[in-house]
Amino acid sequence: MFKITRKKELGPGVKLFDIEAPLVAKKAKPGQFVILRIRENGERIPLTIADYDPDKGTVTVIFQEVGKTTKELGKKDEGDSIADFLGPLGVPVEFLNYKRVLAVGGGVGVAPLYPKVKMLHQQGVEVISIIGAKNRDMLILEDEMRAVSDELYVCTDDGSKGHHGFVTDVLKQILEKDTDFDEVIAIGPAIMMKFVCKITKAYKVKTMVSLNPIMIDGTGMCGGCRVTVGNETKFACVDGPAFDGHLVDFDEMMRRQSIYKDEEKLALERAEGREHKCRLT
Amino acid sequence: MSVDLSRREMPRQDPKVRAKNFDEVALGYSKEDAVAEAKRCLQCKKPMCEKGCPVQVQIRDFVKLVAEEKFDEAIKKIKETNSLPAICGRVCPQEEQCEKYCVLNKKGAPIAIGRLERFVADYEQEKGVEVPKPAKKLGKKVAIIGSGPAGLTAAGDLAKLGYDVTIFEAFHEPGGVLIYGIPEFRLPKKIVKEEAHFVEQLGAEIKTNMVIGKILTVDELMKEHGYDAVFIGTGAGLPKFMGIPGENLNGVYSANEFLTRTNLMKAYKFPEADTPIKVGKSVAVVGGGNVAMDAARCALRLGADRVYIVYRRSEKEMPARLEEIENAKEEGIIFKLLTNPTRILGTEDGWVKGIECVRMELGEPDESGRRRPIPIEGSEFVLDVDIVVMAIGTSPNPLVPKTTKNLKTHGWGGIIVDEETMRTNKEGVYAGGDIVTGAATVIEAMGAGKKAAKAIHEYLKNK
Repeated sequence: MFKITRKKELGPGVKLFDIEAPLVAKKAKPGQFVILRIRENGERIPLTIADYDPDKGTVTVIFQEVGKTTKELGKKDEGDSIADFLGPLGVPVEFLNYKRVLAVGGGVGVAPLYPKVKMLHQQGVEVISIIGAKNRDMLILEDEMRAVSDELYVCTDDGSKGHHGFVTDVLKQILEKDTDFDEVIAIGPAIMMKFVCKITKAYKVKTMVSLNPIMIDGTGMCGGCRVTVGNETKFACVDGPAFDGHLVDFDEMMRRQSIYKDEEKLALERAEGREHKCRLT
Repeated sequence: MSVDLSRREMPRQDPKVRAKNFDEVALGYSKEDAVAEAKRCLQCKKPMCEKGCPVQVQIRDFVKLVAEEKFDEAIKKIKETNSLPAICGRVCPQEEQCEKYCVLNKKGAPIAIGRLERFVADYEQEKGVEVPKPAKKLGKKVAIIGSGPAGLTAAGDLAKLGYDVTIFEAFHEPGGVLIYGIPEFRLPKKIVKEEAHFVEQLGAEIKTNMVIGKILTVDELMKEHGYDAVFIGTGAGLPKFMGIPGENLNGVYSANEFLTRTNLMKAYKFPEADTPIKVGKSVAVVGGGNVAMDAARCALRLGADRVYIVYRRSEKEMPARLEEIENAKEEGIIFKLLTNPTRILGTEDGWVKGIECVRMELGEPDESGRRRPIPIEGSEFVLDVDIVVMAIGTSPNPLVPKTTKNLKTHGWGGIIVDEETMRTNKEGVYAGGDIVTGAATVIEAMGAGKKAAKAIHEYLKNK
């Protein structure tokens, strides 16, 4: 069992957990992820590592409550435990001799973006960051990102904070004036990453994305996470999750992410129905 | 006295009924069946059958004990060399192993050794497994990576000798392919749990959620965690795809994914269990091995109306066990033989709608000794299916080999070992099972685990 040592609500339905897993904390690097399972008969879900503390022996994960499992996870409290926690999985990212980086994060995608930006900052790299969310309440890690970025732009879809619009608007404005970046790092919903890549391709700036397809084992065994990158099939769990965004077939990835849409809906409805019944008795 | 050639059949669930449930197909011998079958044994002076057993079960002696109704002694006799008898009794291809060498095989009626092994193992599980006395500790540590058949066997043997054994398993449950791959109806998970637990009772510790190569490396286990030897039994976990168009459409699975969802994650109980699976009305499983049969039979039980096996050679060349092919046929799996997929067709929104195949004919034998299948030009046709499962084999999982310094592997990924000792080129590091041979059988992996345990003992004894 793996104990939750800290719980923090970052926004409506967006939660942060520190989970006690000393060996994972010791090995974790930016760009890696874990797979967890709450209990017997639960599903295995991948979550990117948002931070880690080898001294305390904890790994930080941030997630948005969207389906049955993430909603159930969100109900766990400090001191509670989850059954399984596997990691660190995936290939860590490396930045060699970078001078300037443009970081773009959308929604809970800011969570996996943060450790990368933090590492770059520690390496003395100049980082300009753009983060966005649906509204000001859903915006996460603003202070943390500001602390490790040389410049930080904030966007909200509804204009409740910062630029009224998408991260891609700001990205375009920046690139229009200045394309002198070693790399753009973009992490967020697939649709956001797709449009970021469209823009950066036009401005010829190398772009790294971090993909989050459906996974089971996370060790290369099932192939459920396969994505097409540059006309080659890759397994996001062992070959990624970071890839050259200009080569990723995002449409295929989004289609594959939606395979179990109906089942996910059913599971959620059932879970909520059951909960409702519980209150009656 | 005349030789009794009436090999006792084992009762099985009716094909029509079992095609709709995940309960075990083969029901096992009754006590009467077992005793009668055991009595047929000629008790050869030189038991040839034992030559066919990779884990050296003392077959003649245990069969004699069954004939004498001394079942407690019979299981003890088996467990002297085999810690996983209930598993072996179910999934070993005995027709290729012990039973092949039985002298009665010449008369077409070998002793049903596997069924007898299963009978006594089940007998013991039902009445309560006797906990063996813990061995005197030798004060030396061995790490076993992977809790599949190779790892469990090596762990059991080493624990019995008194080593401090730790098994590292990446999944949340021990058993490896026995848990994620082989379906419930062929090998109930309760059996695997009990036999893995038996290995724990022998003194081995099982740590789940430990993905070696990531959380710890082999070098760290030895240098920083005090393990004197390591056995790598991480299996052939990487699924192969054909490389034909359409393989990333929604509705195409690797057999590994299809079986893992069904078996390990219990998708057949969705929504009671949280992991879903897509089955559709019509399923094509590509391949001719046991894994293909397992996937096809799972698909049927998950509710598909029509399930095809698509295989490029003829039935004679199928690598699956005869018994499994027969089971599949009885249950209504449709065999499309001498048929090879050329592409998978999708709907506009990216879901599988069919699989285009070409008919094949057999030419001259190839390097495997089997006749090479050759496409018949212009014979393409489409099978309307909404799910495709690729069961065309797996390759060794590179996670451990890639992260272990200077460990030598073949170009195809298998770890190179000395065949007698399973020793790798690295001192104190041994390997066995599918990670060495590529995808093979449970019993061969167990045999390798056993050899490695013996060699590790020799190595550590003198260290």
